[in-house]
Amino acid sequence: MALCFAKSRNIVHRISKLGTLGLLRSSPSLPASSARDFKNPIHGALCICSARRFQSTDTKQFLDFPGGKVPFTPEMRFISESAEERIPCYRVLDDNSQLIMHGNFGQVSPEVAVKIYTDMVTLQIMDKIFYEAQRQGRISFYLTTIGEEAINIASAAALTIDDLVVPQYREPGVLLWRGFSLQEFADQCFSNKSDGCKGRQMPIHYGSREHNYFTVASTIGSQLPHAVGAAYSMKMDGKDACAVTYFGDGGSSEGDFHAALNFAAVMEAPVIFICRNNGWAISTPTSDQFRSDGIVVRGRAYGVRSIRVDGNDALAMYGAVRAAREMAISEHRPILIEALTYRVGHHSTSDDSTKYRPIDEIEWWRKARDPVTRFGKWIQSNGWWNGETELELRSRVRNQILNAVQKAEKVDKPSVSELFTDVYDVLPSNLCEQDELLRRTIKRHPQDYPKDVPL
Amino acid sequence: MAAKLRSYGRGLAPLLWRRGLSNASSSTMIQQQQQQQSGKSMNLYSAINQALHIVLETDPRAYVFGEDVSFGGVFRCTTGLVDRFGKNRVFNTPLCEQGIVGFGIGLAAMGNRAIAEIQFADYIYPAFDQIVNEAAKFRYRSGNQFNCGGLTIRAPYGAVEHGGHYHSQSPEAFFCHVPGIKVVIPRSPREAKGLLLSCIRDPNPVVFFEPKLLYRKAVEEVPEDDYMLPLSEAEVIREGSDITLVGWGAQLSIMEQACIDAEKDGISCELIDLKTLIPWDKETVETSVRKTGRLLISHEAPVTGGFGAEISASIVERCFLRLEAPVARVCGLDTPFPLVFEPFYVPNKNKILDAIKSTVNY
Repeated sequence: MALCFAKSRNIVHRISKLGTLGLLRSSPSLPASSARDFKNPIHGALCICSARRFQSTDTKQFLDFPGGKVPFTPEMRFISESAEERIPCYRVLDDNSQLIMHGNFGQVSPEVAVKIYTDMVTLQIMDKIFYEAQRQGRISFYLTTIGEEAINIASAAALTIDDLVVPQYREPGVLLWRGFSLQEFADQCFSNKSDGCKGRQMPIHYGSREHNYFTVASTIGSQLPHAVGAAYSMKMDGKDACAVTYFGDGGSSEGDFHAALNFAAVMEAPVIFICRNNGWAISTPTSDQFRSDGIVVRGRAYGVRSIRVDGNDALAMYGAVRAAREMAISEHRPILIEALTYRVGHHSTSDDSTKYRPIDEIEWWRKARDPVTRFGKWIQSNGWWNGETELELRSRVRNQILNAVQKAEKVDKPSVSELFTDVYDVLPSNLCEQDELLRRTIKRHPQDYPKDVPL
Repeated sequence: MAAKLRSYGRGLAPLLWRRGLSNASSSTMIQQQQQQQSGKSMNLYSAINQALHIVLETDPRAYVFGEDVSFGGVFRCTTGLVDRFGKNRVFNTPLCEQGIVGFGIGLAAMGNRAIAEIQFADYIYPAFDQIVNEAAKFRYRSGNQFNCGGLTIRAPYGAVEHGGHYHSQSPEAFFCHVPGIKVVIPRSPREAKGLLLSCIRDPNPVVFFEPKLLYRKAVEEVPEDDYMLPLSEAEVIREGSDITLVGWGAQLSIMEQACIDAEKDGISCELIDLKTLIPWDKETVETSVRKTGRLLISHEAPVTGGFGAEISASIVERCFLRLEAPVARVCGLDTPFPLVFEPFYVPNKNKILDAIKSTVNY
């Protein structure tokens, strides 16, 4: 790619040097050195232009056009498909967990910093135990957040409970931060009757009205326009709050991503779009996903203010989301954050990512760039944390999660009647009829149905 | 989407006015209205417009939006709304149907009445995922913690004599396969106003297909006040004893003409307006078929997989021993909607009349 970019920059440069007279030449008489670029559409355009038209044009003139004045130019210049340099990535903590001089991230209190760390550790341990529970066949499915703990927890820390979260599915840490209990996580994964979603969705599809967190769906990117509509409502109600929605690099290819950014800009909706660019959409690397400089550059095309952040730097995420929130609410505008990170775990328990990516790559991100270790070292260097508190935390959380799993396993499944409720606000006649019919069938063939689902 | 005929709505009107009106159908329908309140003679788009005025007036949390909605919409249904209620509550959206519905879901989920317009039902498909996977499952998947019941999607549907592939479709059957949404289609101005108000206020997401053929063509007395007509209740709009005909929307006036002609041949037809396609009123249809012993269903959408198939199967299940003839379906052909062949494609009066006769004489 680097070679291609250099080539196209040369072309643009050359055109500006050729001047208008050069444009009158037909393509076969162009210098031999440019023959290799013959397929470039720029040359086709060269041949059809009339120089005279440009000669009489005053370059200081403007075209009044919707959106503002557009300056005229006699120079035929195609905008390059890429900038000379990639958009830089904002970070606060360096690889050795030292604060970078002159970095600005606002303030984080020791209490908040310690909670960010303990929640990141909790998320890691929860992932480990639930993942193992799936491997033991105790739950049907699981999906870890390993490697993306900082994006989860630090973004949540920068929000208030009044901010509506419209999640993808790899952001359980936001719920954890908001106080969704380990028991509630376990109940959802075990689809028992304590699951707020009544056992209807696969594990990890959490949702909680109490925690202002829309219910997860497996669909990709379809939540993004919802966040815009919700944010518009919050703006109309004059709330001191915004909507925050998460998605991945793969999700940025969906039509709903385009719809949401464009609508958000036009509607001036206070919504923060947080893209977890973790490099992989199941097995598809970003090189097969897009040719842009990631996701951050798309913001400008839609008129959306954007920033690229080191997603493995909790302080940078915290600072960027706090600033984004402030701008979104006070200026009634959407903000796009692209967090660069890595999906250290497999896509889900149905995936083995070593089949399509090198183990070395996974290990490098797991060890050298682990966001939890990086943040932990920083709070330790501040004297807010030590080896003793670390041991105590890990042992306590592990016991809590194991207890939650054991308890969730013993709770009954939701009753069969919940199969029919909530399709509509009340049961229509066809569902009443099907409910009756099903119950008669169960009586005749009880052996066909699971025993742990009460009638 | 780029090829949308933006001036279509406005161009359509004079043609429709020139076309002959079915006086018989509109007058009979008016007589069948349950309430004879004092009203104003009004066409269907004006009735829709009045409903939207009422809902924006009565509910400060109601919003109307879609493509070209600000200036009144290509069919004039949103005329005057932005002047009265302001551009924060009545607004244009970018040209993106999945965005319109997705935005509407989020707006509705915050406790608002989100009234989204899809300019033509033919263009609803980019929003199909938002309707099927998002709106329809929003309540169920959250265990009733969240819902987007305030969402109503309005979309003009159906044949207009010159609409070709992309300004003529009747896509209702796709949506009738989706638990969690309601599908409603009105037949006349008075019905349109009352049903639309019910849909907007119903606590479930609704797709409301408006018969664009009737926007200007159908005129009847419409009560000026705020009234609602019940959902999931079919209506017998013409009583008869020999055969039951079931339809919805613009097709009912064609069916009614066939009923009138059949009567001249001594066949007494009962005509039912289904109004709500899901969840539909099986009982009213069943009661009628138990009386007549015969059933004919007619819709403009292609016959294969059309909603007529569902009605037919359900009634055969319930009334098998009472049926004296196979259930007849007089529907659109299994082709894309064809411009120059439209007169051949549509289930017209004589196709229906022939089917009535062959069913009665089976």
